[in-house]
Amino acid sequence: MSAPAHDPAKEPASFAFTPENLERAKAIIAKYPAGKQASACMPLLDLAQRQHDGWLPRVAMDAVADLLGMPRIRVYEVATFYTMYNKTPVGKHVIQVCTTTPCWLRGSDDIVHTCERKLGIGVGETTADGQFTLREVECSGACVNAPVVQIGDDYYEDVSPEHMEKIIDALKSGEIPKHGSQIGRQSSEPVGGPTTLKAFTTTQAD
Amino acid sequence: MLRDEDRIFTNLYGYQSFGLDAARKRGDWDNTKALIAQGKEWIIEQVKESGLRGRGGAGFSTGMKWSFMPKNVTDKPVYLVINADEGEPGTCKDRDILRHDPHKLIEGCLIAGFAIGASACYIYIRGEFYNEGSNVQRAIDEAYAAGLIGKNACGTGYDYDIYIHRGAGAYICGEETALIESIEGKKGQPRNKPPFPAQAGLYSSPTTVNNVESIAVVPTILRRGAAWFAGLGRPKNTGTKLFCISGHVNKPCNVEEEMGIPLKELIEKHAGGVRGGWDNLLAIIPGGSSVPLLPKSICDTVLMDFDSLRDVRSGLGTAAVIVMDKSTDVVKAIARLSQFYAHESCGQCTPCREGTGWMNRIMQRMVTGNARVEEIDMLLEVTKQIEGHTICALGDAAAWPIQGLFRHFRPEVERRILDYRNAAKSLAAE
Repeated sequence: MSAPAHDPAKEPASFAFTPENLERAKAIIAKYPAGKQASACMPLLDLAQRQHDGWLPRVAMDAVADLLGMPRIRVYEVATFYTMYNKTPVGKHVIQVCTTTPCWLRGSDDIVHTCERKLGIGVGETTADGQFTLREVECSGACVNAPVVQIGDDYYEDVSPEHMEKIIDALKSGEIPKHGSQIGRQSSEPVGGPTTLKAFTTTQAD
Repeated sequence: MLRDEDRIFTNLYGYQSFGLDAARKRGDWDNTKALIAQGKEWIIEQVKESGLRGRGGAGFSTGMKWSFMPKNVTDKPVYLVINADEGEPGTCKDRDILRHDPHKLIEGCLIAGFAIGASACYIYIRGEFYNEGSNVQRAIDEAYAAGLIGKNACGTGYDYDIYIHRGAGAYICGEETALIESIEGKKGQPRNKPPFPAQAGLYSSPTTVNNVESIAVVPTILRRGAAWFAGLGRPKNTGTKLFCISGHVNKPCNVEEEMGIPLKELIEKHAGGVRGGWDNLLAIIPGGSSVPLLPKSICDTVLMDFDSLRDVRSGLGTAAVIVMDKSTDVVKAIARLSQFYAHESCGQCTPCREGTGWMNRIMQRMVTGNARVEEIDMLLEVTKQIEGHTICALGDAAAWPIQGLFRHFRPEVERRILDYRNAAKSLAAE
């Protein structure tokens, strides 16, 4: 599982939720029964991470623990168990290439190599300008659209090395490239159009 | 081939809106009150009669699972938990339900929750599915605003809340008790059973955990009748099923088909066939990474359902079909799965924590042939020592792909080991 990687040199002195996020936190806590506020630990860590440039310093874990009345060690346990919590600073764009077997069969190694060459970093590293972090991840759960690359909250699917280069170029120039299938598929249907449900393929406005 | 009128997930591909109005036009939320008015026993009986088996991998009868819940619990709440922590390599069907047909799931949550006497439902969505989770939340908000859930849901007098809980990157949380731990705000480490969740699950309350697809098909089963669903597929393997076809096919896709469809027909009709033609097929993993692979000779005729695949010593699992053509380094394909399980072991049980890492290291050497032939039997012995000796099935899931590889491709590995040795010898002779 996710390894605890704590770097005291990069730790900020303190962390506090913004007033808006404190409101969000209260709404999250209210989803769980009274006395079970520890359940809000995961969503609150996510909220803290989003507020703090995409990573969780220990002071943010402490803030979550204090807010929920949890022993701090319990929050550290959670923060270090799940892979989506970043315990060290990350780039503005975190590029996560899925390399598990279904993506590997469709050429995910080439996608990783393209990213490495284009960004000049290896897997697990961040560019010196703090713009990009490159990672290999385990199954992203979009296997019929392999290879899959997650950037931030979005999935880029059916990605070729050429697509990957264009996506990185766009991110470098401050654009957010269109996510989803890069070869024009609607979603998970066969390329060229569905073999079933043809009566349902006309896009219907709601 | 299944007829379109028998397909449940008519917006599987998301050509239409996932919103409430479009969902109603597709038949969702059509007089749900009348279904609930039939009563708990009727709902559970219908689901039992339909033959629906859980779509999350284990294939246990959904109606039976519901009937294990204690009746007339008054001293504590009862929960329904939906397992949307989809992450079994090869599997991406629940993602389509979450993002394109969330109202089918939400209506199913209401009906299933009513049947088991639940007061609330938590939908546990894997953290990476950020956009998919947002669609589900929007659909939940719509359902609340329309009075379909919440106080007096659908005008039935039944109060029922639905919440989503997002994961944060841990395959193991797809195991139902790890998932419950995770909702409670802990590390996702599976619990010892008994007690089973039906006795003591979420917050020590009676809890049923069901897969997304299992729950999303329930409203349609009740509307069209158990006999309709049971009439599709084969006995004990009934209904329709979402299949995910990935890897070396011309057109990878998700598709809803009849349970028991021949594997070859599934691939040729919907996925454009194997790359380079059927004769270019090497092997297929038929049910997600946890089940043993099948060589072409078995793929030629096998049917895609629980019992047919069990009979050939594999499994339907999540019905995620991973196709490998003859260009595939099959040892590397399985070694990559060993790497996956080593990464995802929660670390709680020694056989799995140590064993998955050990198997991965040996498997990586098998890829290059840098091993001794005797190590094959040692590796298989270790898989047997892990299998069945851990709290949850992750240990089994890590063991089975390796067993499958050697069952069908042992000569290939032996050849590599021999080649590696010969190459080393000729190098030494130079």
